[in-house]
Amino acid sequence: MSSSFRHSFDIIGPIMIGPSSSHTAGAARIGRIARNLFGEEPEIAEILLYGSFAKTYRGHGTDVALVAGLLNFPTHDNRIPKSLQIAKESGIAVTFKPGPPNPDYHPNTVRIKLSKGERKFEMLGVSIGGGAVEILEIDGFKVKMTGQYPTLVIPHADRFGVIAAVTTILSKHQLNISFMEVSRRGRGSEALMLISTDEQPPAEAVAEIQLLEAVKRVSSIEAS
Amino acid sequence: MRFTNLAEMVAICEQEGKPIYELMIEEHVQETGTTREKVIEQMTESFHVMMQSVERGLTEDIRSFSGLTGGDAKRVYEYAQKGKTLLGKQATEAVAMALSTSEVNAAMGLVVATPTAGSCGILPGVLSSLKQSLGATEEQLVLGMFTAAAVGYVVANNASISGAGGGCQAEVGSATAMAAAAAVELAGGSPTQAIQAAGLALKNVLGLVCDPVAGLVEIPCIIRNGFGSVLALAGADMALAGVRSVIPPDEVILAMYNIGKQMPVELRETALGGLADTPTGRRLEKQIYGDDTKEA
Ligand code: SF4
Repeated sequence: MSSSFRHSFDIIGPIMIGPSSSHTAGAARIGRIARNLFGEEPEIAEILLYGSFAKTYRGHGTDVALVAGLLNFPTHDNRIPKSLQIAKESGIAVTFKPGPPNPDYHPNTVRIKLSKGERKFEMLGVSIGGGAVEILEIDGFKVKMTGQYPTLVIPHADRFGVIAAVTTILSKHQLNISFMEVSRRGRGSEALMLISTDEQPPAEAVAEIQLLEAVKRVSSIEAS
Repeated sequence: MRFTNLAEMVAICEQEGKPIYELMIEEHVQETGTTREKVIEQMTESFHVMMQSVERGLTEDIRSFSGLTGGDAKRVYEYAQKGKTLLGKQATEAVAMALSTSEVNAAMGLVVATPTAGSCGILPGVLSSLKQSLGATEEQLVLGMFTAAAVGYVVANNASISGAGGGCQAEVGSATAMAAAAAVELAGGSPTQAIQAAGLALKNVLGLVCDPVAGLVEIPCIIRNGFGSVLALAGADMALAGVRSVIPPDEVILAMYNIGKQMPVELRETALGGLADTPTGRRLEKQIYGDDTKEA
């Protein structure tokens, strides 16, 4: 059994603005994770929708919800219905397109490309039902992140000792690691570390990791 | 969690002499490291949101964003107050309250997904009705939500709770099974009776397709929530009377999973088949989006 749903509040919940947990709440969560990984408000958001997302996104408010997430709104935020307008006013250029059909993708899949100036970011997310989500790609790295636990996402240089340095900082702050994943593009090049912890890491821990030389940046994603 | 299916769950309950909700709360505390008080507090918050959405749909004039739906909850509720209903007042009110929450959802109002937003009316409909019929307190109803969560947890991990994944049987079906189990425990039934109720109710929605008109969570979703609440109560009554599902509830869930996999993509939340693809369904779709809608 794949335990994508872990406890009562994965089933009863989220508390959300309707109309669809997978197409609205899940979409808002995916958008918000993208926003937090990107770390700031993007100037351009290009959104590719697959499967059921591509077919019914307007009816379910998937577009509205994804953009609400990009604006960092939680699933119960009553500004969600007005997100497209709010994004426009804050100067975010958003486009929606159906993505090229891919039989391997779950029917509720979305690819989000964000940019601001030179900075670019890309993420693939899936809304698996009931508001639960999975992030399957971050900047080309294959990952599996659910956002159920607080998670640190750390792009870094693939060098000896980086992982140990990060986990040392976490243990110093008495954070218990529940899940960890490292993927890399090739030996000695870029790598991406995902670390889920039981408790939300304090800002000091994040700042300390950020200071490590091999670390490019740290995104701290709250559990949702 | 110490269980992966309903049979294991009931075995633990029987061995330790506790209801399903109690086991679910304990497992939650174990899993997440929070306290029992916090878990109950969080569920109580969801309960309040649920009851507010029930209330809203009965007292305000709700209209969905598309303008296609709204007002039926009020209609049914007022009809129930006249006293001459065929189902009886309480069951008719359950229908009204389930419709109510679903209408609020379609109007982009605040709801609790139980387990999904499309099926968010069934559990509140059933719980509000039990408040009346059993005189259940808020505390008790909140406990019942853990029973519902336990059944939903098993269904979600062994099958699906998404219309896109498994059709409407996975949404309205799961919600119905969850609410049926909760109703049994709130009425004082055993864990075995609770999962029997879930199995019985789920059997009756096997094969239900997801075919929302214009892709909106409105038609047929709202009405299906109304029916789901009565189905859940009927399943609970049958189980409390001693009826058992010959096909064990876990196997019903397995059947639901397999049927979902066999269901063509047109009938899994793509708005390409079923009611969405009727002449009226298509006309409404055009009316809402204009002509250029369906990009490949
Ligand atoms: S028809 Fe589809 S969208 Fe509507 S409630 Fe059922 S599963 Fe959800």
